[in-house]
Amino acid sequence: MIREFSIIDVYYLLLAARWTLALTGLAFLGGGLVGLLIAVLRVSPTAPLRALGAGYINVVQGIPLLAWLFVFFFGLPILAGVRVSPWIAAMVAFSIYAGAFLGDIWRGCLQAIPRQQWEAGASLGLSFAAQLRYVIVPQAVRVAIPPTVGFLVQLIKNTSLAAVIGFVELTREGQLTNSTTYRPFTVYIVVAAIYFAMCFPLTRWSRRLEGTLRVAR
Amino acid sequence: MRYAFNFRDIWAQWPSIAEGIGVTLVLTTVTMVAGLTIGTLGAAGRVYGRSWLRMPLAAYVEVVRNTPLLVQLFIVFFGLPSLGVRFDAMTAALIALSVNLGAYTTEIIRAGLEAVPRAQIEAGYSLGLSGTQVFRHVVLAPAIRIVYPALTSQFVLMMLATSIVSQISAPDLFHIASIIQSRTFRDFEIYAVIALVYLALALILKLLFAAIAQIAFARR
Repeated sequence: MIREFSIIDVYYLLLAARWTLALTGLAFLGGGLVGLLIAVLRVSPTAPLRALGAGYINVVQGIPLLAWLFVFFFGLPILAGVRVSPWIAAMVAFSIYAGAFLGDIWRGCLQAIPRQQWEAGASLGLSFAAQLRYVIVPQAVRVAIPPTVGFLVQLIKNTSLAAVIGFVELTREGQLTNSTTYRPFTVYIVVAAIYFAMCFPLTRWSRRLEGTLRVAR
Repeated sequence: MRYAFNFRDIWAQWPSIAEGIGVTLVLTTVTMVAGLTIGTLGAAGRVYGRSWLRMPLAAYVEVVRNTPLLVQLFIVFFGLPSLGVRFDAMTAALIALSVNLGAYTTEIIRAGLEAVPRAQIEAGYSLGLSGTQVFRHVVLAPAIRIVYPALTSQFVLMMLATSIVSQISAPDLFHIASIIQSRTFRDFEIYAVIALVYLALALILKLLFAAIAQIAFARR
């Protein structure tokens, strides 16, 4: 049945944006854990581990996120033997995807710390893990914050792709609203505006952090 | 019950897959050319333009970069027809992809333009070059060289993002996958194969860009 697009639809779209944010948060958490591991692998003193980290980044970044979503949506049931919900499939796909990008970003931040800092740690008798933990990471975190916030914007936008495996977030809710009101232009402009309202402040924040942190260094 | 993988049915569909690769490559190439053009003009406008030009360009970049490509695609393909502007899926895909990439390239090339020292531009003028000659040879060429890595990795990301146009049923590689899925019911196998095809395409594209850099930026 076709009904008018009204303020209540805007309200429902805003409610659906919560799921966009929830998925972003979970993907950031999962991706952060994977990314941390990958970044450490990339700076490890063992060459095969470095190659493993590089390989992971290249493979994950060389395949569209849409393909990851479908592979896990259809592949997890085969592996686990049960039908998975779009939540699980999206979580796994986004964690793997975000892990590659965060791993690459954080690798750059770890490598931005001068070599001498590692050597100073080593000359104090610290192990690789201790050098990383007490010398490198505390300095690298400052460098890492602006690009990480910037990536969060990418992540919010990319969660829109979860709509295609039936995950009801902002974009999917937009499609559903459109199918009952048949006001595609209005609906998708409102959807875009809500994304913009979530992403633009983060973009601005990331840019400002970049400025202040550069001055501080 | 154990799942029996079956890739033979997928292999039988290779002519469709090849067609899909062709469409994806066309989408990528046209979008790259359009994106580079928009980006060059946009960046020049943002750096050297008057404020009435700079403001809308900045708005274009921010709006596009802070909204998802999928939603932009829906606005062009589903939204614009209700205003009386109608495109077929391929045209809508090309418009959305180009507008999207253009915003990113504008930002990337702008960084390159700003990295060219003032003195270099003045040196160009003092040699008697015209404004366009200075822009073309003294500013743009070195700027592109500076941002080449960022630009080409954006192009690779864009090639992968063309998969999104399958959602408005433009017949690209990813859309072909869903057609083959409905023919063979081999959900997992087809998407695994398609993922590997994209991986190969991304690798080839990266090697191609590295080769171009070797030739174009070789020391003379």
